[in-house]
Amino acid sequence: MRAFRTVFLKEVIENGRDRRTVASALLLGPLGAPLLFTVLMNVTLERERRGFEAPIELAVAGGSQAPNLVAFLKSEGVEVREFRGDTDGAARAVRAHERRLVLVVPPDYGTRLRAGLPASVQLYADTSDTSAAGDRVRAESLVRRYASQIASWRLAARGLSTGLARPLIVDEVDVSTPAGRAVTLLGMLSYFIVFATLIGGLYVAIDTTAGERERGSLEPLLTLPVTRHELVLGKILATSAWMTVSLTLTVTAFAVSLRFVRLEALGMAANFGLRTALATIGVMLPFVVLGASLMTLVASFTRSYREAQSWLTALLLIPTVPIMFAALYQVPARPGLMWIPSMSQHLLISSLLKAEPLMASSVLLSAASTLAFGALLAWAAARCYRREQILG
Amino acid sequence: MIVLEALAKRFGAVEAVKRVDLTAADGRITGLLGPNGAGKSTTLRMLYGVLRPDHGRSLIDGLDVAREPVAALARLGALPHNAGIYPQLTARENVRYFGRLAGLGGPDLERRIDELVELLEIAEFADRRAKGFSQGQRLKVALARCLVHAPQNLVLDEPGNGLDVPATRSFRKLIARLRDAGHAVLFSSHVMQEVEALCDDIVIISDGRVVAHGTPAELTGSVASGSLEDAFVAALDRVTPA
Repeated sequence: MRAFRTVFLKEVIENGRDRRTVASALLLGPLGAPLLFTVLMNVTLERERRGFEAPIELAVAGGSQAPNLVAFLKSEGVEVREFRGDTDGAARAVRAHERRLVLVVPPDYGTRLRAGLPASVQLYADTSDTSAAGDRVRAESLVRRYASQIASWRLAARGLSTGLARPLIVDEVDVSTPAGRAVTLLGMLSYFIVFATLIGGLYVAIDTTAGERERGSLEPLLTLPVTRHELVLGKILATSAWMTVSLTLTVTAFAVSLRFVRLEALGMAANFGLRTALATIGVMLPFVVLGASLMTLVASFTRSYREAQSWLTALLLIPTVPIMFAALYQVPARPGLMWIPSMSQHLLISSLLKAEPLMASSVLLSAASTLAFGALLAWAAARCYRREQILG
Repeated sequence: MIVLEALAKRFGAVEAVKRVDLTAADGRITGLLGPNGAGKSTTLRMLYGVLRPDHGRSLIDGLDVAREPVAALARLGALPHNAGIYPQLTARENVRYFGRLAGLGGPDLERRIDELVELLEIAEFADRRAKGFSQGQRLKVALARCLVHAPQNLVLDEPGNGLDVPATRSFRKLIARLRDAGHAVLFSSHVMQEVEALCDDIVIISDGRVVAHGTPAELTGSVASGSLEDAFVAALDRVTPA
C-alpha cells in the first residue's frame, strides 16, 4: 500500500477515537450551525413581519393638552398609552426599558400653537436599541405629518396654496420584496456551511501536525523510509475526510432545519431539497481540500497544540472575509469573481438557494481555482516538512 | 554497518557538533557516551536523517542518508530520544502503522508483529490503547515499532531513561540478542554502568568532538584505577583544560 494511504487511514481512524475531533466534526458544526441559523432566521423574520404589520405602542405624557395630536395618532393605528411623568421621568423610563418610546407634550404646547409659535414636543427613544428603531422612525414621521397638516391648514385659512410650504417632496419607493430580503438572510447560510466544514477538520489538522510533534511521535515517523510529501499528503487527506463528513452532516441538518424557518410568512419557500443539498456539497468539495491544506500548513508552523489551536481559530475568520464582503455589498454572482475561493462558493450556494441556474463555466472556474490554491498550500506544507525545523 | 564521517552541525552561533567520526560494526554494540549537551542527540539525528549535516556524511550499509534517504533509512531502525507513541492506537496498531509505512503488509507483517510481541513481552498489553501505558511499556512498543522492518542497523538515543530494574534487564537482554544475531547497534547514553555493561565499543564525545574511543578494556586500561568513570573523566579533561 502506498505510504500516503497508510497515513490517511491511520489518521482517520485514530482521530475517530478522539472525543474532541468527533465532537467538533459530528456535533458542533452539524448541529450548532443550523440551530443557530434557524433561531437567527426566525428572530429576524419575526422582526421584519412585525415592522410592517404590528401597531406602534407610544406612551404620551401630557396628552390631554394635545387632544387633536392624540386623535391623529390613534387614527393612524398607534396604540397611545398615557404616561404620567415629566421629561426626566420619560428619560428614565426609556433608559430602564420600561417604555420604548415616550412622546412628551409640554404644558405650553397649546398656548404656543394657538399663538402661531413653534411648539415643541419631545420624543424619547434609545437609538442603541435596534429593535425599537423601526417604531421610532414611524412615530417621528407621524408627528411630522401631523405638523405639516397643521401648516397646510394655516396656509389654506389665509388663502394661500398649501404647496408653498412644501417646495420639495421626496417619494421613497422601496422596490425590495419580502422574498428578496429573505435571500439576503439566506446568504448567511453559506457562511455557516463554510464555518462548520472548517471546524470539522480543525482538530484533525492540529492533531496530525502540532499534536504529533508534541507527543514525540513525529521524530520516529520521520526516520522511516518514506518521503515527506507522502506523509503530508496522507495527513491533508485525513483532515479533508473529516471535513467532508462535517460538511455532509451540516448540509443535511440545514435541509431539515430550514423546514422550521417560516419563510412562507414572507411569501418565500426554501429551495433546499435533495438536489440543492447535493449540489451544495459538490460546490464545497474543492474548498474542503483548500481548507485542509491551509490548516495543515499553519498548524505545522506552530510550536505546540495550544498555539496551533489559537492560530487555527483565528484562521477560521479568513475565509469568512470574502463572504462578509459579498453579503455586505450584495455582490452579484459574476463569472469574474469565481476565481476567489470561499466567495465563489458563497455566490454559487446563494444562486442555488434562489433556484437560479448555475453556469457550468462558473462552477468549473470556482473548483479549478480553489483546487489550485489548495494544491499550492499543500505543496507549501510538504516543503515545510522537509525543513529540519519541523521538529520544533 | 553505520559509518559517520566528519559530521559537523551548527545552529546559529552554536557549534553543536564540531567533528564526529565513528563506526558501528555489525555484530557489535557501540556506545556513544558523553555528558549532557555534548552533541550526542544532534549526531544521531544527522544519522537518521532528520537533521542535515553542514559537513560530512552518514552511511548506512554504504548508503548516504542525505543522498538516498529512503534506501538508507530502510536499513535502519531508529529510536529517537523520548520517542512517543500514538495514545489512541493499541500497541499492536502502533507497530503495524510503522510496519506498513516501511513497506510491509499482509500476513508477513502480522507474523512479524507476533514475533515482536513475544520477543519484547508485550502480549499482556498488546491490544490495549496506549493512552495509559507506563514508561517501560511505551519504550517496548517504541522499540518494537523501530524493529518491525527487521533493520540490519539499530540506533537508540538514550533508551534506558526512566526504566525500572526488570525493564532495564530485559532491554539489555534484547540488545545483546540483536548483536548476537549480527546486527549493528549504536546507542547513546550518559549512564556509565549501562555503557559498561553492554558495549563492545565505546566512543566518548565532549563539546561536539570525539575525545576517546576503543573497547571498554582499552579505555579502562589507560587509567590507573581501571574504572570506566575515571577513564571518562580523564578523556574529558584532556580536551577541556582545567
